[in-house]
Amino acid sequence: MLQVENLAKTYPTGQQALKGCSLTLDKSQVVAMIGPSGAGKSTFIRCINRLVEPTAGRVVLDGTDVTALSGDQMAKMRRHMGMIFQEYNLVERLTVMENVLSGRLGFVSFWQALFRRFPQQDVARAFELLERVGLSGYENNRADALSGGQRQRVGIARALIQEPKILLVDEPTSSLDPKTARTILGLISDLSHERGLPVLLNIHDVGLALMFAERVLGLSEGEVVFDGPPRGVDEAILTRIYGEADWRQTIRHAGEEADERRDRRAGANGDSHDGAEQSDIDERLKWEAARR
Amino acid sequence: MTTPATGADGAAATTRTWRKPPMIRNRWLRWLIVVLGAAYIVYAVDDVNLDIDRMIRGIPKAIDMFGQMVPPDFSRWQLLLEGLLESLQMAIFSTAIGVVLSIPIAIGAARNVAPKPIYLLFRGYLGVVRTLPEVLIAIFFVKAFGFGAFAGMLTLTIASTGFVGKLLAEDIEDIDPGQVEAIRATGGGWPMVLLYGIQPQVLPRYVGLCIYRLDINLRESTILGIVGAGGIGATLYNSFGRYEYDFSFAILLSIIAVVLVAEWGSAAIRARIT
Repeated sequence: MLQVENLAKTYPTGQQALKGCSLTLDKSQVVAMIGPSGAGKSTFIRCINRLVEPTAGRVVLDGTDVTALSGDQMAKMRRHMGMIFQEYNLVERLTVMENVLSGRLGFVSFWQALFRRFPQQDVARAFELLERVGLSGYENNRADALSGGQRQRVGIARALIQEPKILLVDEPTSSLDPKTARTILGLISDLSHERGLPVLLNIHDVGLALMFAERVLGLSEGEVVFDGPPRGVDEAILTRIYGEADWRQTIRHAGEEADERRDRRAGANGDSHDGAEQSDIDERLKWEAARR
Repeated sequence: MTTPATGADGAAATTRTWRKPPMIRNRWLRWLIVVLGAAYIVYAVDDVNLDIDRMIRGIPKAIDMFGQMVPPDFSRWQLLLEGLLESLQMAIFSTAIGVVLSIPIAIGAARNVAPKPIYLLFRGYLGVVRTLPEVLIAIFFVKAFGFGAFAGMLTLTIASTGFVGKLLAEDIEDIDPGQVEAIRATGGGWPMVLLYGIQPQVLPRYVGLCIYRLDINLRESTILGIVGAGGIGATLYNSFGRYEYDFSFAILLSIIAVVLVAEWGSAAIRARIT
């Protein structure tokens, strides 16, 4: 599906953000990239859809060498890569519907885009997605009138309407409160399973990463220092990624919750979504209590 | 505030004072600038021959002129109306054309959107246009295309592109890059980025600028006639030349009325959209 080979990026300032990172993603799963601020997580994600131009290395998506594409071809390629951002990056003054439909901009003509004449099936898909992310009835609200969690839901719908082959997610929860953060990550993880969509997720909260990811990538100073299942992330690994700290609490509780989540997904389907959310909150409260 | 006795003495002894650091740190340089500034004002007042005598002698003449101005003479209202309408037309047409031309100019002159050579080219254009006062451009166009409203219209169009182009370009440079990044990430090309990433962010400001410029053009159009570029200004200039001060006053009152209405309308609309 996605191969990244020896990806490197040196910024004009001389800062080496990535020093030869490799990654092979061959099945639909949620891969969480963890690491301290400045480890190169954001650069890694942006080098894949070339919002940041890599200095060296190759990115191959479904057999196409992304790094070799020309500007025009790259725009076409980006249609197959959905992206979700830390600050949502919605077009603030446009409606929710326009924001969701903007995910189709790579597929429509200039005039269709100018007069908001999107193909009927796109509009229908947009309504379905809004319903799926829990925003039915919000299509005519302006994006800047929404709360953080609602905005990120719009961001998710915008990425999904592209029908992407891969979802790139850059710190989706850093601007959200803990409860909303978990709901949003849960939504992304559920959608990934529903659609068989591989997700490359950037996240600095280790607890959340271990809770929602099926595979963890540890980045430190521009290098991949760990690649494995969340179970394998122990204190030694975390120390290697982040440096010295007390990791015990974070890992233990997160690990238990991850198991519960997997059980729930195996047991119940779809309609128990709200219940799951509620129990998430309870878990969170217990978790917070245990930390104190 | 009273503090408990224990330990208060020690703290009081080392009271730390603080003052805002001066803008110019070097004390000598600071005073040198003050002295030079004062000296220049003295020199300038001396140099322009501020002549109190002449001022006093002028007062009766001024009073006499104002005396001839009242009551204003509106008897030739057709001539007045003709001039005003011409000014209005100049202002409206030039604004309409100017603000449309401003869009590509602003895009070209925005550093975060245009490639370097294009950016420099358009910034150069804006620099030249914004340096030249309207009246100077008008004189040039009157020489080139002859007397009349056409020269005035061209002048105001060019000046409008300078004004709206510059301010809109700066607004484009200030947009949130995240929204642009998001549109690029969806695979939208350059026109899509313009349409969805940039346009919604600058539209309210652009509309505000257009209305503000219409207001400015209305004012400017009343004055350009003085250099022969059409409009009510020519009528005003001629009336002064013929010592028809009562007619001049009528014209002035009309101009003031038009400008006030324009300014008030523009402010009201702009307050609503931003």
